[in-house]
Amino acid sequence: MYAWIWRHLPGPLVVRLLLALALAAGVVLMLFTTVFPWAEQSLPFLDVTVDE
Amino acid sequence: MSVTTTGRHERRASGRGNAARTAVHGLGELLITAGLVLLLFVAYQLVWTNFEAHRAQDSVADQIRDSWQRPPGQAGGDDGTAKGPRAADFGQGFAFLRIPRLGEDYAVPVLEGVGLDVLARGVGHYPETAMPGRVGNFAVAGHRATHGEPFAYLDRVRPGDVVVAETRRTWFTYVVDRTRIVQPTDTWVIDPVPGKPAAEPTERLLTLTTCNPRWASTERLIVFAHLQSRRPKSDGPPPELVREV
Repeated sequence: MYAWIWRHLPGPLVVRLLLALALAAGVVLMLFTTVFPWAEQSLPFLDVTVDE
Repeated sequence: MSVTTTGRHERRASGRGNAARTAVHGLGELLITAGLVLLLFVAYQLVWTNFEAHRAQDSVADQIRDSWQRPPGQAGGDDGTAKGPRAADFGQGFAFLRIPRLGEDYAVPVLEGVGLDVLARGVGHYPETAMPGRVGNFAVAGHRATHGEPFAYLDRVRPGDVVVAETRRTWFTYVVDRTRIVQPTDTWVIDPVPGKPAAEPTERLLTLTTCNPRWASTERLIVFAHLQSRRPKSDGPPPELVREV
């Protein structure tokens, strides 16, 4: 998977490195802003209220 | 040397072996990726949510102090009398909670509502319960773990400790009566008179709720307190908040 991505990145080594970093940063950003806030809703210790 | 060369030849010759290799390789990468994502999630929970919550708390604190500078009526339902706020809009910050036991500088904004979006910015006031200083039960929920975790160490609070609600014009000093651990469905703790749903309130009470145990939340940790004294803001902070030398 990673080798496949690496092979399909264009340009010389430096450009590929920067692109790879940008891709990784984008994935982390998406995780922190979308996936994790959604996933944490099922964690028990966020329930702090009394309700029915 | 020759063995390796032969092996390489054989592998190249066998299409099925190649496919298996690719599959195992891909699975390995997936597992490593999953592990990294889990580590990131832990970092998100333990570090990032607290970082974001503290930033949000600071911003809410600024909003509250700004609103106190403006004339009454514009201040999110706070009529500016010494009796304290009458009501607050959902999601609006209207007071600070100070608990000296949890730190000299402990001051966390109180917002209206107990949804996760509200609790990520401070502690939340149960709508329908009394406002600070009023007759009835001023009930507040807060996170015990992650998202700023304002009530992380609420278990250290002891009977006799004070909890001060700072409003626009008045400090309301509550004294802790008792702490209890209850079931998550025990809504009686936030009744106007806890445990007596039909009773007409005459006392001014405070109830704090958070999860228990800290990282499991199968129960709720409850702190009950009653109003002991009121003090105009113009007289300075109540003695309980001033550090004794």
